[in-house]
Amino acid sequence: MADLRIDFAGIRSPNPFWLASAPPTNSGAQIHRAFESGWGGAVWKTIGAPVLNVSNRYGAWGYGHQRMLAINNVELISDRPLETNLREIAEVKRAWPDRAVVVSAMVESKPEAWRDIVCRIEDTGADGIELNYGCPHGMSERGMGAAVGQAPEYCELITRWVMEAATIPVIVKLTPNVTDIVPPARAALAAGANALSLINTINSIVGVDLDTFELTPNIAGKGGHGGYAGPAVKPIALNMLAALGSDEVIAKAGLPLSGMGGIATWQDAAEFLLLGASSLQVCTAVMHYGYRIVEDLCDGLSNWMNEKGFKTIAEVTGRSLHRVSDFKDLDLSYRAVARIDVEKCIKCNLCYVACNDTAHQCIDLISRDGAVVQPYAYDARSNGKHDAIATRPQPTVREEDCVGCRLCYNVCPVDNCIQMVELPSSRSAVTWSELAEKHTQVTEDWETMKAYRERVGIRIH
Amino acid sequence: MEPQAIDIGMALAEQFPPLSAHAAAVEADRCLYCYDAPCTHACPTHIDIPRFIKKIATRNLRGSAQTIFAANLLGATCARVCPVQELCEGACVLGADHKPIAIGRLQRYAMDYAQGHGVRPAVEATPKGRPIAVIGAGPAGLSCAGELAKWGHAVTIFEKRELPGGLSTYGIIALREPTAVALEETRMIESLGVKIETGVEFGRDLSLAAVRAEFDALVLSAGLGRTPRLAIPGEEAILDGLAFIEASKIDPKSLHIGRNVIVIGAGNTAIDCATIAIRLGAERVTMVYRRNEREMSCYAHEYDFARREGIEFRFLSQPKRVLIENRAPLGLECLRVQLGAPDASGRPSPALVPGSEFVLPADQIVKAVGQERPALAALLGLKTSKGFIAVDPDFRTSLDGVYAIGDCIRASGAASTVMAVEDGKLAAAAIHRQLAESGSRAWGDEPTAAEVR
Repeated sequence: MADLRIDFAGIRSPNPFWLASAPPTNSGAQIHRAFESGWGGAVWKTIGAPVLNVSNRYGAWGYGHQRMLAINNVELISDRPLETNLREIAEVKRAWPDRAVVVSAMVESKPEAWRDIVCRIEDTGADGIELNYGCPHGMSERGMGAAVGQAPEYCELITRWVMEAATIPVIVKLTPNVTDIVPPARAALAAGANALSLINTINSIVGVDLDTFELTPNIAGKGGHGGYAGPAVKPIALNMLAALGSDEVIAKAGLPLSGMGGIATWQDAAEFLLLGASSLQVCTAVMHYGYRIVEDLCDGLSNWMNEKGFKTIAEVTGRSLHRVSDFKDLDLSYRAVARIDVEKCIKCNLCYVACNDTAHQCIDLISRDGAVVQPYAYDARSNGKHDAIATRPQPTVREEDCVGCRLCYNVCPVDNCIQMVELPSSRSAVTWSELAEKHTQVTEDWETMKAYRERVGIRIH
Repeated sequence: MEPQAIDIGMALAEQFPPLSAHAAAVEADRCLYCYDAPCTHACPTHIDIPRFIKKIATRNLRGSAQTIFAANLLGATCARVCPVQELCEGACVLGADHKPIAIGRLQRYAMDYAQGHGVRPAVEATPKGRPIAVIGAGPAGLSCAGELAKWGHAVTIFEKRELPGGLSTYGIIALREPTAVALEETRMIESLGVKIETGVEFGRDLSLAAVRAEFDALVLSAGLGRTPRLAIPGEEAILDGLAFIEASKIDPKSLHIGRNVIVIGAGNTAIDCATIAIRLGAERVTMVYRRNEREMSCYAHEYDFARREGIEFRFLSQPKRVLIENRAPLGLECLRVQLGAPDASGRPSPALVPGSEFVLPADQIVKAVGQERPALAALLGLKTSKGFIAVDPDFRTSLDGVYAIGDCIRASGAASTVMAVEDGKLAAAAIHRQLAESGSRAWGDEPTAAEVR
């Protein structure tokens, strides 16, 4: 059986699933219930500077009738009195010695303020501290949160203040609202942080009400950017996680990474692990469905690990990182084409219209007698299900013209109907880097490029 | 003992409730938005179904209704009475593995919105085109008139009945289409600039010569006739199925329902008659059909519906005579039937078994065995095909300037509302084209023999 236990920078938990610092971890009573449901750990909702909140804090983005594919919020850090939070943290940790209790903190950018909060957190018996350098709204206007995460020098400075005081593991939580996630991460590393976590929420405006023209959510007629999270941000989070996992400085230091940003299922979790995470944090999916989802997160991950022969989380962590590559190192000779399984195809023609209008015009509609036909070619007097079904042409890929863009694969509504099939390449493997090095002219001059294509047999139509 | 009083309005209330906004949106979201979609091909009027469904999904209900109107002016009727299992929904790509999209109910949702919010098809306001006469305000005539109005023509429909709408108003059981829906649809057609004159019967109140004097073309959409005679003794005690349905819609209080009712026939109208009888209090309703289950002309889903209603069936039974006492039926004497080689219709020919007489008791007998061929063909001396008015691909009859559409030309294939609507649309386009091409009236200047008559 797969062993889901983790040891993350010295913080142990029975499974890798922690509740992220957010509304689900607002109070001791909530976290008690979360632990009863099976969560491996919880990062307490950020404590620190005094705040006041507003009403209408959350907006959500959905698609069709799938609600809350992402949530946007302007809620600030914990608005409960500091003493209350500290007392409850101590109670929770006493009651749940096997779970990870990490406390997120954010105070004014003054050394004494940080030293003070670190000491008070350590007094609770908590397992670790997470420095919130990511909150993109409100707190950042006061020089905290993302205002720190966006400036590597602040990031380093404050982390140093914390590390001087801290005796328990310190995790630096990074903001995605930067062009490159690596510099703030390296800054945290340079200051001695024990681990990193990412991503915090993304700047966003979730929508505008078409009747009132007010922003969503509406706060007395106004609104503004809030932090964006949930399933829709997962690809952004994965990219940033992989960027750190494959950064030579971070990787060499062996700094553990706690991954979050859109984890809703065990499949999401496995992907975060494969790209370098060794603990996982979840918020939006819990805000949507409650603490109970941890059961399938653990169960599904465990079953998948058993199926794949992984015994521990550590064996999974980073397993796909070596595949993360820059474009310049991809094999330009690799060839894949789309192939439609006629047995599975329901002839919705979504692949056809996508390819024809927006890709490379290499899917034909083939009639029963093998002729290429145009859409809407039937006679106006033809009708009835028998006519419609019997004469419906079959979308078919013209493989010699298919560039392997994979758009059809993505729009097809039927599982495994369109496959991307690898074809033997007539060319030997070559990357852009190699070309630039060996045939510099080819990469700089169109005429030479044309001659090169001619020589190796690359045809662009 | 008299049966308990039944609230006819409730008993025959529309079978399906309207979709809620949420249910409609969820169902609309399920649509894959196929390209060159098979549902659109299967629809005889080729409504751009994915487009109108997408507009429901985006809450653009006005645009959704207009998308339907662009292909089918009688979308409200078709949404209710179309055999969607055989048409759009039967062709849905989700049908094989999942449930097809509920296209009919979504169309009704958009059409209910149109009726409730006064959404009308876009038409030029002033009819400045040619005067055109249409005979019959059923679905074919309404569709043709509305489409001609879209082209800017001045159309007058002459309808012999008191109310317009044809079978939608009079001949389809209210639980499929309430009268109010059909009448609202005719008002919508009128709002396009079409005049409807009811109580005017062509051939009695209006001659061809009079039409030729005032109009540039004539469209016959008079449907079919009464239920044919069975030619059996005691037939005078048998009720006409169409009249039976009409009474249930127009004047339900006048409708007497027997305790033990027999309906002769196995088409959709026969099912409607049997449904009315059982819903309005008959203790037992039996449908009598001379062939077998497989040969029934009703749609499979209507047969399933009838069985769920508790209607019984006697197949392979040919009515021979009505047993009558005091001018009221006592029962129907039938002969057993054996099926033989296929006949002209391709179905096994029924052969009577001599001496096999048996009696089915009944205190009310209704017949619904099709409709008589159109009387107008003989009146105007039109060429016919199997008794139906013969037309060319542009719906021209053998008489210059006279077009025919709808059930009165349906010599092959199942007569249906949606086919009638498509006839009207195609004929309107042909008439418009031909009037524009000729620059003159559709008939020559010399009167024809038929006109002189």
